[in-house]
Parts: sequence; structure tokens; C-alpha cells
Amino acid sequence: MLKAVGALFAAVAALLLVVAPASQAATPSPTPSPSSTSFQNSISGFLRGDDRAPLAGVSITAKSGDFTGTTKSGPNGSWTIGVPTQGTYEVELDVKTLPQGIKLAEGQENPRKVSFSQTSNLSVIFAFGKGIVVQQQDFGQNLLNRLVAGLSFGLLLALASVGLSLIFGTTGLTNFAHGEMVTLGAVLVFGFNAMNLPFWLSIILALLGGGLFGYVQDAGLWKPLRRRGTGLVPMMIVSIGLALAVRYVIQFYFGGATQQLPFAQSAEIQVGPVSISPNNLWSLLISVVVIAVLGVVLLKTRLGKATRAVADNPALAAASGIDVDSVIRIVWVTGGMLASLGGILWAYYRPGVTFDMGSQILLLIFAGVTLGGLGTVWGALFGSIIVGIFVELTTVFGLAADLKYVGALFIMIVVLLFRPQGILGRRERVG
Amino acid sequence: MDFGFILSSAAGELLSPTTAAYALAALGLAVHFGYSGLLNFGQAGFMAVGAYGFAISTLTFHVPFFVGLLIAVVCSAIFALLLGIPTLRLRADYLAIVTIAAAEIVRYIVTTNQLTSVTGSANGLAAFEGDFYAMNPFPEGSYFGMNNRDFFIRVVGWALVIVCCLLVWLLMRSPWGRVLKGIREDENAVRSLGKNVYSYKMQALVIGGVLGALAGMVFTLPRGAVQPANYGTELTFFLYTCLLLGGLGTVLGPVVGAMIFWVVLSLTQGVLYGLIESGAVTWLNTVQAGQLRYILVGIALMLLMIFRPQGVFGNKKELAFA
Repeated sequence: MLKAVGALFAAVAALLLVVAPASQAATPSPTPSPSSTSFQNSISGFLRGDDRAPLAGVSITAKSGDFTGTTKSGPNGSWTIGVPTQGTYEVELDVKTLPQGIKLAEGQENPRKVSFSQTSNLSVIFAFGKGIVVQQQDFGQNLLNRLVAGLSFGLLLALASVGLSLIFGTTGLTNFAHGEMVTLGAVLVFGFNAMNLPFWLSIILALLGGGLFGYVQDAGLWKPLRRRGTGLVPMMIVSIGLALAVRYVIQFYFGGATQQLPFAQSAEIQVGPVSISPNNLWSLLISVVVIAVLGVVLLKTRLGKATRAVADNPALAAASGIDVDSVIRIVWVTGGMLASLGGILWAYYRPGVTFDMGSQILLLIFAGVTLGGLGTVWGALFGSIIVGIFVELTTVFGLAADLKYVGALFIMIVVLLFRPQGILGRRERVG
Repeated sequence: MDFGFILSSAAGELLSPTTAAYALAALGLAVHFGYSGLLNFGQAGFMAVGAYGFAISTLTFHVPFFVGLLIAVVCSAIFALLLGIPTLRLRADYLAIVTIAAAEIVRYIVTTNQLTSVTGSANGLAAFEGDFYAMNPFPEGSYFGMNNRDFFIRVVGWALVIVCCLLVWLLMRSPWGRVLKGIREDENAVRSLGKNVYSYKMQALVIGGVLGALAGMVFTLPRGAVQPANYGTELTFFLYTCLLLGGLGTVLGPVVGAMIFWVVLSLTQGVLYGLIESGAVTWLNTVQAGQLRYILVGIALMLLMIFRPQGVFGNKKELAFA
């Protein structure tokens, strides 16, 4: 077994050595746009009319002390004034040079005072015509939209948490590396797509890659550790080490930037009373279908029965002739594939692919699993949907968007206070 | 490659204030995990509570240094109580998940834009260390190549580490400490002797948490700034690596573990950068070299846990798990 672990590390190290040079070539760097000034700092903006058409040839002046800079907006409406120092400037748009029929929007200060805040570029927005119209959204409508988005988010969380819960149920391991399994799915799709493979093939390969990762993890690491009789707490800490190693291996190749998968941008469409982006709708449908198939497999097939038997009592399952190790192997592969799928959908939900996208939702996955009850598949599904909807709905009820995960984590702690076994969990699993 | 420079900067890490902070926080984890068997994955949260408790009370309420210190310690004790009430009756993995969640809640709250006037959101807070350096008894000059400020913070940080180590050592060989170790070995056996297990665990959680808060302050004072990004879950995992390097159920283990951790990180960085600059290694750039170090940390954590869970000094019989 020591050999197996050693071989795994050797393989990782060899992989690092062999593939590293490719990574520099693969990371595209944005070409800097040519600057029209010789100064380091600049004030800039885009002039666009009410109908989004660019306004060319409008003269703008920036003044501070005895410095004065003037420019005219270009054909695409953009303007830049280079300034010597970061400080406070008075920016004035010469209204006489505006095209016929275009007026500054009401309440737009002109001239106005602007100041730099630690960046070398300062953008100034002038609004025209009716200006920025704040869209008043009906509260009920907003609630319904967020509810559906939350359901979509919850279901993608469920894909990951069902796998985590199955693994916990059959092996007792709380796997902190599950977030990296989520990341891997999205990163693989991006990688295969960058190799100019067709989109559908990239997705299939990414799912297979996720399954393979689950297989390799179990065969190379977890099975030998189980054989050795390693306790659950040491295994949990090993999974943390694995999570750190895999996260930085991904960053090593992928870089720290946010990348987009194909078709990540999409306008919202109206489905009945709900407005939703097509990506979210697809995500919702795919998750529902996959979870339904998984449910049928677990409830109706021999394999599903065997899995549930192992989750219930591994020793008894082994005694009744079930090959526990092969069931666990299948659970790891399935868990890896489900996590990859969850990761791909998460990349569209955010949207964007980063090396730490999985660890960002790891705690929400844990929250879903603990809410529903550790080790129960339906609990994980149920808990994740609650977490997803809760995260989206708290913003409707006035919680700041940068605090929306806090609500979900907080509710998990509160539920544990009153019902430690989770909503669908059994009493015996606690304490 | 300049080996002298690489070695001297690695040796500098040995006694740096950051190492002292890691040693203190890992000592807190030793009280939690090594001696009591409490799987606290939220030590970063305790450090954040300490650092922010001190910085906010200094900047917003303008209290003197020692009052700020006291406020930070009290805040971390309250945080420990709040965490302990729902979780100490639960199994180890529940405690782990709840503490890691609580630490993240703290980080989200100090990052949110809603509280920018108090916490400074993502940019954090700065310029709260004036009172501390005003107490500096060392006149200006060079002390072993450091200026008097750097020397002062090192003296204070390591004095704190020594005092805390001594306290933990005394506590753990007292009857109280024996009960705690008994709880780690077999909770029910201790309960059957009529001890209040819950209360003992709570006391251990508070003591380790206060050590974490002190570590947060030692971590943040030399930087002169506190930023939420420093207190993510990875900090806790690095602390566990330090703890496991040195040895779980020992007093000196966490301290030596923190030293080894930082010296090895500094050495690998120096050697990798040297190799890249000299052109011997072309398949890496300096950014990737930084990431490679953290890959090594992860692999080291796994290997330690698998092959030598008792660490350098530990005794296998004293492990918090079978």
C-alpha cells in the first residue's frame, strides 16, 4: 500500500515536470491598448447617447491647478485625457460640441469634480437623454425570478453534494477535496475547448476526466488508507492536504485569471411569468434529469440496492455477498462525474472559471449535506435546494449581495443547534 | 545562485514575527486538537477576531493599547462560547464543519461593503500600531541587523510564545489537563467519573481560541494592517500542517513546527528563484514557483498524516485519534 501512495505522488510529480512548459503558452495575455498620452495616469470614458450610439467629436476638458488637458471623443465615443498626477480634477464636457438633439441627462453635473482612488485610470460617465433609468422591479416578480434562480443553483449544488454524501455514507470520509473535484470539471471543459475540440466532446471528456479523478483517488489513496485502518479524522486531514495540493496544481496550469466557457453570455428570456437566462434554464433541466436518473438507479437497480446496503452497514453488506470495495469504487467514480457536472454548471451560473471556484462553494455543499443529514442521499438533495434558494432569496429580502453566503452558513449552524442529525438524518449518526 | 543570501533569509524566518504568530495559533490548536481532541477548523476565524477586535477598538473607539488587547481577548472568548454551545455535544466532523463555517462567516462580515466605515471591507484597516511602538524601550539603532521596531516586535512576539508555552505546559500537567486528555481518549469514561465533559471542552475551546486571538495580533502588528484575505480557510490548514509537523500532543511541537514550516517555505522559494534566475530551470516562472511551494505544503500534509501522524516530537500513544 505504501508503494501505491508513493507511486501516486511520483505520477503527480512526473506530470508536473512534463506538462509545465505548455502552461506558459496556453495562458493568453491581454494586449495593452495603445495609449494616446505620455502621462502615466489618465481620465477616460465613453460617450454614448440614449440609443447606445457613440458620440464622436465632443470636446472634454480636465483642469487641476495650472494643468489643463483637452481631448475630443473618437469615432467609437471613447475619450482619454492623460494627467500628470493622481489627484482631484475638474472635468467639463463642452455641451456646444454635442451633436444635434443630444442633451446631457437631468442631474448630470457639468463641470464636475472627480478624484483618483489608488488606480492609475479614472473613468467618468456622462449620461445623455433620459439618463440612467432605474428599473423598478415588481417585488413579487423579483421574488419569483430569484426563487427559480435559487432552485437552479440549489440543484447544481445538489449534484456535488449527492456525491459527497454517497462517499460519506459508504466510507465515512468527510472529503474536503470535493471542491477541487468541482473545479476540475469546469477547468477540463475550458482546457479541451481551448484545444479546439467541439463543445459537446469537451463536456463528455470533462465528465470522464472527473470520473477518472474519482477512480484514481480511490485506487491510489483512499483504498490503501482504508486497508491500513486509518481513522476517519486522519483521513479528513489527508483530504485537506489533497485539496491544497490539487487546488495549486490547477492554479499552476490554469493561472489565477478568470476565464469564460463558450456561450457564457446570454440574454434573459421570458418563460411564462419568470425571466431566466437560457444557461440557468438548461442547468436546471440537466440537474433535474441527472438527479432523477440517479434516484431511479439507487432505488430500482441491483447496484443501487448494493450501494444503499453498503451505506447502511458495510460489514453486514460484505457478509451478504456484496463486493464492498467495488461498490465504493463505483461511488467514487459517480461522485467524481457528478461533481464535474456540478462544476461545469457552476461555471455558467457564476459565470466564469477560476482555480478556486470549487473551494468557494465547498462550504455551501457541506451546508447542504449537513442540513439534510450526513450520509443520506435525499437529505443532501433536499438540503442543497434549501441552501440554493436561501442564498438567492436573502438578497431579495435586503441582505447585501456580498453577505449572501453568510445566511446559508448561519442557517446550517442554527439547524444543527436544534436538530443535530439534520432534517432527514437519523438520530444514531450523531454524537 | 547566492546560497549565503538564501540561507540567511531562511534563518531570518526562524524568529520572524509571522513565525511567532503561527507558533501561537498552532499552540492554540494543540490545546484544541492535540490535548482535547476538538477538531477546530476555524482557528483563522479566532485570529481574525483577535486582529479585528484590536484594530477596531483602537481605531473606532480610540482605546489605549492594553484595553484594545483585552477587548480582543474577550471577543475571542465570546466567539469560542458561541461556537461551543451548538457543537461541543456533536461528533468531531460536525464540529469541524461548524467551526470552518463560523470562521468564513467572520471573514465575510469583515469583507462586506456594508461595514466599510468600521472594518474597511476588502482593503482592511491600517495605522493602529502607534500605541504599541510608542512603548518600545529600545532606542533607535541596529540590533542584530534589525531596526528597533523590528527587534521590539520580535522580542514581544517570542516572549509571548514562551509565556504561553509555559502556561500550556503547566495546565496540561495539572489535574485539569489530565481530565482533558482523558476526554480525548474516552469521553464516556471521563463522564462516568462524574466530570462535566461539556464544561471541560468549553474551557479548552476558550483557551485555544484566546491563543489564536493573541496570534492574530502578533500576526497583524508588524504588518501595520489587517486584511480579510489573510484569514481564509487556508491559514487554518497551514496551521494544521505546522501542528502536525511538530507533534500534536506536545507544547514545543507547534513552535518547532511553525519554524520548520517557514524555514522550508523560505528555502524552497530561495532555491527555486535562484534556479530560475540562473537559467537552470526553464519550465517554471516565479509565479508558478510560488504555487509549487503550496503544492508541496499540501503533499507534505498528506504524507505527514499518513506516515508520521505524531510529528517530529510526538509520541504515538498521545495521538488524538487511534
